[in-house]
Amino acid sequence: MTKIVFFIILTFGVELFLSGHNNPGGGFIGGLVLSSAFVLLYLVYDIETVHRGTPFDFKRVAAFGVLLAVGTGMLSLLFGDSFLSQTTWLVDLPVFGETELGTMTIFEAGVALTVLGVVVTIILGISEDVE
Amino acid sequence: MITVLLAIFIPFIAACLVPFIHKFLTGSRIGWFVITIPMFLFALLIRLVPSLSEGASYLYTLPWIPSADIYFSTHLDGLSIIFALLITGIGSLVVLYSIYYLSEREAIGRFYTYLLLFMGAMLGVVLSDNLIVLYVFWELTSISSFLLIAFWYHRKQSRYGAKKSMLITVTGGIFMLVGFLMLYTITGTFNLQELIAMREVIAADSLFIPAMLLVLIGAFTKSAQFPFHIWLPDAMEAPTPVSAYLHSATMVKAGIYLVARFTPVFAGDTTWFYVVSCVGLLTMLWGSVNAVKQTDLKALLAFSTVSQLGMIMSLLGIGSLAFASSESTHIALFTAATFAALFHLINHSTFKGSLFMVVGILDHELGTRNIQRLGGLATIMPITFTIALIGSFSMAGLPPFNGFLSKELFFEAMLSLKEANLLSVDSLVLLFPIIAWVGSIFTFIYCMIIVFQTFFGKVHAPVPGHRPAHEAPIQMLISPMVLGSLVVLIFIFPNLLGTYILGPAMNAVYPQFVGLPGLVPKIHVWHGFGMPIFMTIGVIIVGILLYGFLRYWKGIYSLGFLQWTLDRSYNALLQRIERVASVVTKTYMTGSVRDYVSYIMLFFIALVGIGLLGFQQFIFDFSNDAVIEINESIIIFVMMCSSVAILFAKSRITAIILNGVLGYSIAILFVVFRAPDLALTQIIVETVTTVLFLLCFYYLPEWKNEHKSISMRVRNGLIAVASGVAVTVIALLVQGHSLYPSISIYYETASRLAGGLNVVNTILGDFRAFDTMLEVLVLFIAGLGVFSLVKLRRKKGVDHPEEK
Repeated sequence: MTKIVFFIILTFGVELFLSGHNNPGGGFIGGLVLSSAFVLLYLVYDIETVHRGTPFDFKRVAAFGVLLAVGTGMLSLLFGDSFLSQTTWLVDLPVFGETELGTMTIFEAGVALTVLGVVVTIILGISEDVE
Repeated sequence: MITVLLAIFIPFIAACLVPFIHKFLTGSRIGWFVITIPMFLFALLIRLVPSLSEGASYLYTLPWIPSADIYFSTHLDGLSIIFALLITGIGSLVVLYSIYYLSEREAIGRFYTYLLLFMGAMLGVVLSDNLIVLYVFWELTSISSFLLIAFWYHRKQSRYGAKKSMLITVTGGIFMLVGFLMLYTITGTFNLQELIAMREVIAADSLFIPAMLLVLIGAFTKSAQFPFHIWLPDAMEAPTPVSAYLHSATMVKAGIYLVARFTPVFAGDTTWFYVVSCVGLLTMLWGSVNAVKQTDLKALLAFSTVSQLGMIMSLLGIGSLAFASSESTHIALFTAATFAALFHLINHSTFKGSLFMVVGILDHELGTRNIQRLGGLATIMPITFTIALIGSFSMAGLPPFNGFLSKELFFEAMLSLKEANLLSVDSLVLLFPIIAWVGSIFTFIYCMIIVFQTFFGKVHAPVPGHRPAHEAPIQMLISPMVLGSLVVLIFIFPNLLGTYILGPAMNAVYPQFVGLPGLVPKIHVWHGFGMPIFMTIGVIIVGILLYGFLRYWKGIYSLGFLQWTLDRSYNALLQRIERVASVVTKTYMTGSVRDYVSYIMLFFIALVGIGLLGFQQFIFDFSNDAVIEINESIIIFVMMCSSVAILFAKSRITAIILNGVLGYSIAILFVVFRAPDLALTQIIVETVTTVLFLLCFYYLPEWKNEHKSISMRVRNGLIAVASGVAVTVIALLVQGHSLYPSISIYYETASRLAGGLNVVNTILGDFRAFDTMLEVLVLFIAGLGVFSLVKLRRKKGVDHPEEK
């Protein structure tokens, strides 16, 4: 049951994140939903089991997120624009049809990953301390 | 000019790559990757020398934060190219040397990451034209220097030295930043070239002197000028390649660069002359006198670097007098001092770099740098001896080495001061040549100490655990040999350097004198019997005598004022700050969360209260407000009930659930007002917070009714009510005011400008992306903070690994 719910929440989180450009959602909410999915996992199973399933360090996830968010800002410098300028392109992808691709998505992905990493790190830090 | 941008960023990119490449190029082989970077950049930059010597300069501007006048502008001219070539040229040699110096067991990847970080930062300092960008890189050099000094962080002395250098140089940097901000308020620009063009406006402003002194403090701390020099000897705890690179050839010259760069801006005033030349001369004397008493070769070289930096600094001070003169012959007389400064800057990098490498070789092969345990190495290590001889004799100012030429120019510049009495300069400056001469005698003495006490005399028994003395492997000797031969080559062809490198730099320092005859003088190896040569001969004679009788007069170093070191004052100051800080902190850090919350609330109330009273605009305008519907009233009633009920909750779980009711009601309110983003966020935040609360249950004490005194309860009640009132008042006032332009314009432009229909997200990700980025950063830092606090608490009682 939990597994099903977990994946529903995960999917919802990704959906929120992707729809954020034109509909309610976005990086911050997406990240929060994703982290709540992980929190659910930790509540149901014990920490070791979850660790085996998700063998990555959430501190690094957060650091990678910050890197993405700051990095996209730097990227625009290379093209002669000011720091953190965002651009979008309309691209014809084979399956999705005409899709809008933007640097803002990368920036938002950075936000989402930072939120996910930080929330899980804090909760794990405290709960590991309990034991 | 993309080359200049590349020069700054390639080292940083390479620094990021080092940890990954280190996986494939294990051990010291990673050095072969690292060395390509400074060599490539050196080649890139030296190609530009011919065009620079014809008067070209390369300015390239990228917008960074245009709204704050911060542009990532780079500027390459004759002055920056000297430093850029030193950074990349000496950098290549140092990396080559370090490949054989560091043992395989060290954290080599980390070492090169820091070194490349420094290289990029230092290139950034000398190549950026915007003061804020310059400041950022300036502090970055301090940080990378900190990391490199503390490379062997398990040693207490390394940590002490790293902290000291960091504290002093970063504090100086902050002073400098304030100076830059003053210049900005005067001129409205951060760009150096524009500042130089506006020098008359700056000179007429009342902030002129404060800005000048603040910028100078930055330069003096970085270039280890008296009394800030105390960090440099302690920085010698770094691995020797680092000392050779950062603490003699490049980083400590950043202050010199800054003074030379700002000469056209500030030098019109004689205050600049007095401060720069007096501090420089004092530093030169103090450094050389202290160098003689050192027994550790590296400490000796550190004090000698302090002294040499002081000498260059004093020359720049004299060079500034050219702005006060009117006749062209006078101008050339004083610009010659700056010429000498730049010439000696290059010479110093060559001979001091080679000397540091020699000391590193001795340390590496013999296991000691103490001159009392060294001796008789001339026949055992002939190549090392030759390099040391060349380096020391050049530093002492003897022919046929480049130090002789610049020393002669130094004396000449000091003697030119007797013309300065025409310029309403105090006749006290006539003492300068004498101080310079005495300083040079001590310089001569410590140079002799390096050569004779290390390489002559009797051979000492090897240090336990080390083989008997032997010549170093050839790979370690290549770099000092290159520098040593440069010392001789510059002596033979000084004018090659003068025309192609020093000439353009002079044009950059004296933009208004470009083309003046005598601005770029010819350097003569022999310029007849004049006062300078007599001074040099005097230095040699007195120096030899004093060196010969060193053991008879060395006792004077135990005299009171020579025993006095600023280190003691520094340590005492640091202790005092720590003591006061802990006393102050203990008064309010009670450990009770209730207290902390009341501080936050009190501060908030004070801020809002003062703000409101200051504006005196209590306009409540409800005319545009919508009617409050019945369903909204119900939600608000639920919220009020649950918040009041929290006060009377009997168990903690009840309180948490009631708090949850409050949170979810707010979410419903958001739904009613059609703010789905906010509602979603609120619901998820509420959920996660509840989980956090449940986790924290373990730590919380028994829920009991605390019997506080009446006055305490009244105080807490007042704070609570006041903060509630403050928030309500703000909420009601907001409608009636428009202090800031409304953001509702984004509703119309979001899809056109940012390509998104969700206006909240276009604001977060595009219009106000800078805010969001900083928020993400803050969140991350807070997360790390919580994590490390939790982890540290658990480790309490376990020995700190560093203290072992």
